[in-house]
Amino acid sequence: MIQIFRNPNYNFIGNRRWAYMLSGLITLIGIVSLVTQGLRYDIDFTGGTLVQVRFEKIPTVADIRKALGRIGMGESIIQEFGRSNEFIIRAPLTSTSSEELTKKVERALTEEPGLGKAEIRRVEFVGPQVGKELQWQAIYAVVFGLIGILLYIALRFDLKGGVAAVMAVFHDVIVCLGAMSLMHREFSLPVLAALLTIIGYSVNDTIVAYDRLRENRGKTTVRGRPFAEQMNDAVNQTLSRTVLTALTVFLSTAILLFFGGKTLEDFAFVLFVGVITGTYSTTYVAAALVVDWTLYVEGRLGARKKRLAKGGEARKIT
Amino acid sequence: MPRNLRTRIIIVLVVLLGSLWYLYPPKKAINLGLDLQGGIHLVLGVETDKHVANQSDRAAEDFAAALERRGIAHRRVARDGLAAFVVELAAPQSWNDAITVANEFQTFERSNDDQAAGRFRMTMSARVQRQVREDAAKQVLEKLRNRIDKFNVAEPTIARQGEDRILIQLPGIQDIQRAKDLIGKTGYLEFRLVERFVEGGDAEALARQLGPEVEILPRRVVDPNTKTDRLVPYVVVQKRPLLTGSALTSANVAADPNSPGNWQVTVTFNEAGRQRFAEVTEQNVGRSLAIVLDGVVSSAPRINERIPGGNAVITGRFTIQEAQDLKIVLNEGALPATVQILEERTVGPSLGADSIRQGMIAIVASGVVVVLFMLAYYRLSGLIADVALILNLIILLACMAAFGATLTLPGIAGIALTIGMAVDTNILIFERIREELRIGKTVRASIDAGFHRAFRTIIDTHATVMATALILWIFGSGPVAGFAVSLGTGLAASLFTAYFFTRLLFDVIYMGRRKVETVSI
Repeated sequence: MIQIFRNPNYNFIGNRRWAYMLSGLITLIGIVSLVTQGLRYDIDFTGGTLVQVRFEKIPTVADIRKALGRIGMGESIIQEFGRSNEFIIRAPLTSTSSEELTKKVERALTEEPGLGKAEIRRVEFVGPQVGKELQWQAIYAVVFGLIGILLYIALRFDLKGGVAAVMAVFHDVIVCLGAMSLMHREFSLPVLAALLTIIGYSVNDTIVAYDRLRENRGKTTVRGRPFAEQMNDAVNQTLSRTVLTALTVFLSTAILLFFGGKTLEDFAFVLFVGVITGTYSTTYVAAALVVDWTLYVEGRLGARKKRLAKGGEARKIT
Repeated sequence: MPRNLRTRIIIVLVVLLGSLWYLYPPKKAINLGLDLQGGIHLVLGVETDKHVANQSDRAAEDFAAALERRGIAHRRVARDGLAAFVVELAAPQSWNDAITVANEFQTFERSNDDQAAGRFRMTMSARVQRQVREDAAKQVLEKLRNRIDKFNVAEPTIARQGEDRILIQLPGIQDIQRAKDLIGKTGYLEFRLVERFVEGGDAEALARQLGPEVEILPRRVVDPNTKTDRLVPYVVVQKRPLLTGSALTSANVAADPNSPGNWQVTVTFNEAGRQRFAEVTEQNVGRSLAIVLDGVVSSAPRINERIPGGNAVITGRFTIQEAQDLKIVLNEGALPATVQILEERTVGPSLGADSIRQGMIAIVASGVVVVLFMLAYYRLSGLIADVALILNLIILLACMAAFGATLTLPGIAGIALTIGMAVDTNILIFERIREELRIGKTVRASIDAGFHRAFRTIIDTHATVMATALILWIFGSGPVAGFAVSLGTGLAASLFTAYFFTRLLFDVIYMGRRKVETVSI
């Protein structure tokens, strides 16, 4: 029997202060990058036209830009896509229809002497109305996703757990978006799908830990142990599962990222980052916050009991 | 629990056979998304506003005509806003007569009465407006469906989305440009009298001097140097058409005698159209008649004599295919309202083949890695999990086939992710069984307890991820919805295989009559 951990008993929860600092630092970097560099949105959200072209010969970006300049589209974003003879051209919304635009682009490219034969492989056009709607769709999806998770956990477990889990998920979303901003990746509809998957994955992981904690609390051996230790036990007991699952999901997404092709790259990137942060946040955001919250509540209860006890004595005296 | 065991075997077999039934034959069973096989995805907006405005214009015209019939003089009957028109009588004395006319227009409501000035306003009632919009969208959908039917696409999707949107998906289509031309064309044919031809570059100055009855229309000119075509102001024509496409019975394609290699479309009028055409040509000998298609002049020949036969020719240096498509459009009749492309995603067939190949490589690779990993780590139990995984995939694909769901690239990614989730389920169970074994329980008790304990967690995890999939499905469209569908079905399949199938295999192997000392996990 291969085993990664034999009765693990690491002090995860005890080290949570360090983890808070790490999480704080990473989210801060993410937020700073999001604020300063922003996120690059795909035409799904901004509206615009995207044309994917494959050339017979390998062209230079300058040649393509020259050709596009002739039809007044020299300002378009031109990116190599997957291989050296394939490019994506992105144009902002204009008054010309996508049809006219595609025709114009195709003609301009085929007529540029340095370029050789060009094949239009994909055209995507998103009108301003649809772009707006998709933006809202994205925001709704994330917000309702978080609310759904909060409600579900609050009902199945408790409010503390729900809030902490949502905080953990929120942390993961910021980290993923921050990583995308840092790596200049593009936020598109499939990326949104990936982000929501990570929300699901992260919460899945958190629930496994909560579930274990709840199960243990029913056992007599655990009663009377400090809450932090109970949580630490739960994390340790589910550790081998956590690591095994994270490893397999990580492997799957890594394969998607490296072999899934250019179209899947941004999508897989978010999953890749998300699996790591989702696994981490279970222990160091969700579980840690539940512990500190519980300690805080217990502390206040204790203080009140003391005060009450003192007050009682004082009343006796008078 | 032998009886229980038999029932469970039957359930699993039924599910397996049912899935295989749906998956046969595999090529036809699963709809490939546009990103995988190429094709067109269009979201069209029907300009229902314009249609409402047109209806109001027509009503205003009818109203003016009705006033004239009764000999009531009017100063002005004109549309005001989208769904209303204002009536100004020449003399306030004819107020009561005018009100009688107004009462006959039951779809409009009278308001803003100003009897002293002889002025009132007629507004289309909200109910009628709704109906007009609804009809426009419905008719556009119907006409587009007819046009596309003629185009021979294997499995087109043509559906209303919301109030005024139409979704069109034409998978596997090769000639994308042609299909778009066919769909986007309104096909509104008009014959209008030419006032004069626009000379040189004075079009803008000219436009400012024109009266309300006329307007400038362009024609398409091909630049001999760049071979690009553009619209150039061409004629000043009367706004009111003498005849429209609704008066024609058929359109046909013929070779253009004046321009070898090009084609033209001839139209034949119905009886009323023929008469009107004869009348119009008789009254206007010597003038030019513009043949206008969707607001662009195709030609403006001079009327030399009365034309009784009722044929007209539309020329425009068409290729045979363009001519044939125009014929389809004219024969099906114009769209009642213009459409605008709101969203377009077109994928050439070669790109589709590329992305499916890459996606498949990735999914197979990730599958193989996971299978080997489970086998190495959990031995026989890992093998059980692997078999469960394959069953999971079969059920998932079968469900998608049964729903008629479309497999898109994000969908493939969703499947890859489901593999991860399904493996997680098995890992949860196996780790639990190992734990129970470690505290010294017997093999059977450990298996029992392991499944029992793990299942609570599994339900919770699946429920939450399912909730996110559901939210994705509700709020997402296109690729996101595709992803949500495969994720959701995958989760359901994973739940089923973990609890029914994995458990069943464990029971068959370890829960028999013989004594079991060890478990390979």
